Amino acid sequence: MSEAASIHAVTHAAPRSFITRWVFSRDHKVVGMQYIGLAILAALTGMLLSLLMRAHLAAPEAVIPFLDTVFPGGAPDGVMSPELYLGLMTMHGTIMVFFVLTTALQGGFGNYALPIQIGAEDMAFPTLNMLSFWVTLASYLVMMSAIVLAGGGPISGWTAYPPLSAVGEIAGPGLGLGQVLWIVSIALFCLASMMASINFIVTTIQLRASGMTMMRMPLTVWGWFTTGVMSLVAFAVLLAGGLLLLLDQVAGTSFFIPAGLIISDQVIDRGGGSPILFQHLLWFFGHPEVYIIIVPALGVVSHILAVGSRKPVFCYKAVVIAMAVLSTLGFFVWGHHMFVSGMSPFSAIPFSLLTIAISIPAGVIAITWPGTLWRGRLHYHAPMLFALGFVSYFVTGGMGGLFLGQAALDVYLHDTYFVVGHFHVIMGMSAVLATFAATYFWFPKMFGRRMNETLAKAHFWLTFVGGYAIFISMHIQGLAGHPRRYSDTTAFAFLREMQWSHEYITLASYGLAAAQLIFLANLLWSFFGGKKAAGNPWEATTLEWSIPSPPPHDNFAGVAPRVARGAYEYGSASGERDYVMQTDEAEARA
Amino acid sequence: MAWVFCVAFLLTAVLIVFAFSGDVLWFPAAVSEFARDYDDHFVLTLVLTGFFFVLVHIVLAFIVVRFRPSTTPRSAWRGNMRWVWATAGTMALLDLGLALGSEELWGRLHLNEGAANPIVVQAIGQQFVWNMRYPGPDGEFGRTDLRFVNDEMGNPLGVDPDDPAGRDDINFPTLVVPVDRPIELKLGSKDVLHSFFVRELRLKQDAVPGILTTLRFTADTVGRYEVPCAELCGLGHQRMRTFLEVVEQSEYDARLQEYLDLR
Repeated sequence: MSEAASIHAVTHAAPRSFITRWVFSRDHKVVGMQYIGLAILAALTGMLLSLLMRAHLAAPEAVIPFLDTVFPGGAPDGVMSPELYLGLMTMHGTIMVFFVLTTALQGGFGNYALPIQIGAEDMAFPTLNMLSFWVTLASYLVMMSAIVLAGGGPISGWTAYPPLSAVGEIAGPGLGLGQVLWIVSIALFCLASMMASINFIVTTIQLRASGMTMMRMPLTVWGWFTTGVMSLVAFAVLLAGGLLLLLDQVAGTSFFIPAGLIISDQVIDRGGGSPILFQHLLWFFGHPEVYIIIVPALGVVSHILAVGSRKPVFCYKAVVIAMAVLSTLGFFVWGHHMFVSGMSPFSAIPFSLLTIAISIPAGVIAITWPGTLWRGRLHYHAPMLFALGFVSYFVTGGMGGLFLGQAALDVYLHDTYFVVGHFHVIMGMSAVLATFAATYFWFPKMFGRRMNETLAKAHFWLTFVGGYAIFISMHIQGLAGHPRRYSDTTAFAFLREMQWSHEYITLASYGLAAAQLIFLANLLWSFFGGKKAAGNPWEATTLEWSIPSPPPHDNFAGVAPRVARGAYEYGSASGERDYVMQTDEAEARA
Repeated sequence: MAWVFCVAFLLTAVLIVFAFSGDVLWFPAAVSEFARDYDDHFVLTLVLTGFFFVLVHIVLAFIVVRFRPSTTPRSAWRGNMRWVWATAGTMALLDLGLALGSEELWGRLHLNEGAANPIVVQAIGQQFVWNMRYPGPDGEFGRTDLRFVNDEMGNPLGVDPDDPAGRDDINFPTLVVPVDRPIELKLGSKDVLHSFFVRELRLKQDAVPGILTTLRFTADTVGRYEVPCAELCGLGHQRMRTFLEVVEQSEYDARLQEYLDLR
């Protein structure tokens, strides 16, 4: 299967014009950087939206200058209206989940590094790969248009539950054209993801270099491969659900709209459908989606901890199997988002049991991290800082899952800030920390320069502290019963008593956002003037570190690598080097 | 840097334990047996997960200092599967312990036969108010139809004026219940999804248009409890407020009668 001849299976000639080199490029490295660029743009947008939301939450009556100019009608007299808050919130969630978290590690770093790490010249289908990026970009532009064209986007949240999202503007502002554009954008994103999945799966199976058995693949590759499989199945279902919702919006169908509704004194009497059906479709995608987000992060962190500890990964095979078990189980637990939805209470039993059972493979993966570090020789460089931070955040966030997965406990905690805190810790922070780790780690390979370590340390510690300050506090707000998706606390006495917590969280959020400016500054400064990097600054064993920085167009200069050993030969060599490259044939071991 | 991490991990453990210890923001007082049992199981979960959370952070704090390059020889140790099995087994036991308690609670709430002779009340949400309906002395809810819905004229649910069963239906904007009596709350909606959340009962259930969903409870403490809407329902979601008013039986009877007398 992986003969030396396969290196040329996906050869495409080196591009010559600026357009074919940097714009419409089929080179997986360029596609990967384009995805990363999009994720950075989306992250800045999503962060800006969250800062606006936080400003309003801290001071609901405050006048925010320019707000009504940017969002006409959304902020009469400069005070953010509830519908503008909900519109910003919907976009914040949508942009972060799809265009940042689902994109950065998989489409971004996965595209960049996977082919090189398995010894291939490119992905299996380079043209399809290029197309998947451009469709993702189109999806993003359609999403942006929903904000500007529809007078503020939809106000139904990133989960877009019908009937609110299905019956049009009668149910609220932005729910007509804005919602339709939102659905179209998501449908495009689904198509792009499914295209990308095909590449990840086929490339990993077919294009591994000679000697690169599945069990010699770096864990990063296992992460991206497993995620590719999950994405193909999960996004297909989201696409179906999205199309049905779109039909309800524009074609008068009633998949999700019950008969006999009265909305704002207007009768809406369609044929009869089920809002709960949409939730099943959405969450059948939605739960695997969070594993699509975190599994690449697990791969990256396990990998970087080994590199930084100068030790092999602890029980590599167990990590691979646990990743697969986790990903599979992830398809059987979607109902834990629906315990109070009105679905059959009997179904809550298996959903609940399977959900908390996920702690078994998750715990197995988690034990391998201290296991890798144990007896290691820890180097506290930038990627390692973020990998260590990830371990803390993943364990903390995972604990929250043990509460929410128990149906009886979820009855109180559902739709409170406990949930908001939970998913921000486990996705907003953990996956993002892993993305930062990946950035600091592969930046030298991409650009031939190091990122500044001092700025990286400052960035890390401010982010580590800021994240906990904000999102643990949200867990606590949830314990007090603070519902989510509230634009302000003014209408409830028990919420007014907690207003101080919003002020404190807002301060912390501005601090956390400011800390990210350090990262941006580091990126820009290092890109233009960072210290030149040697080919293998981290002294790592995997194939990408055996080629120049930045790599040539075809990665291996036409010479297929021959892999002689596994990906984590650290700590075993004697002499000056404490590692052995995967291509090193001397004293080859299984 | 090693010591910075050590301190950071230890502080993380200490501060988060402090935050969850109940001194900052916590549940409101429990007003039913289910709510008290909920709190017990919640605390059990907190203690068990808290133990592992703290343990992991202590181990990490130790590791980051103990295994620096200056103090550790090279190692190619690939680990020992017994740690994997031990972790898997421990998590499985933890899960089982949590599951037993929580499934029992869930069964009590939604699966077991409810109390005999509950008071049945409907709570029908709409953007952005709740409409409670009591069946009245005849114990039967009147038929409803879209044609008769008229919020301004006091018929928000569209009770059919020709249905005798509906003549004694009682509409309240708040949920008034007698203390220590089992209640069967039927939730519905006229337009979009809403959710009825009584913090003091530790209960929540979505109100879904097109069907009726059920919540059963017995409140044992007199009081007036704010009820927020807990499912995003539009631009008024954050002000969709009602109350659970738990009153003495005599006051309950008096208020229902007062409504009927005034009709």
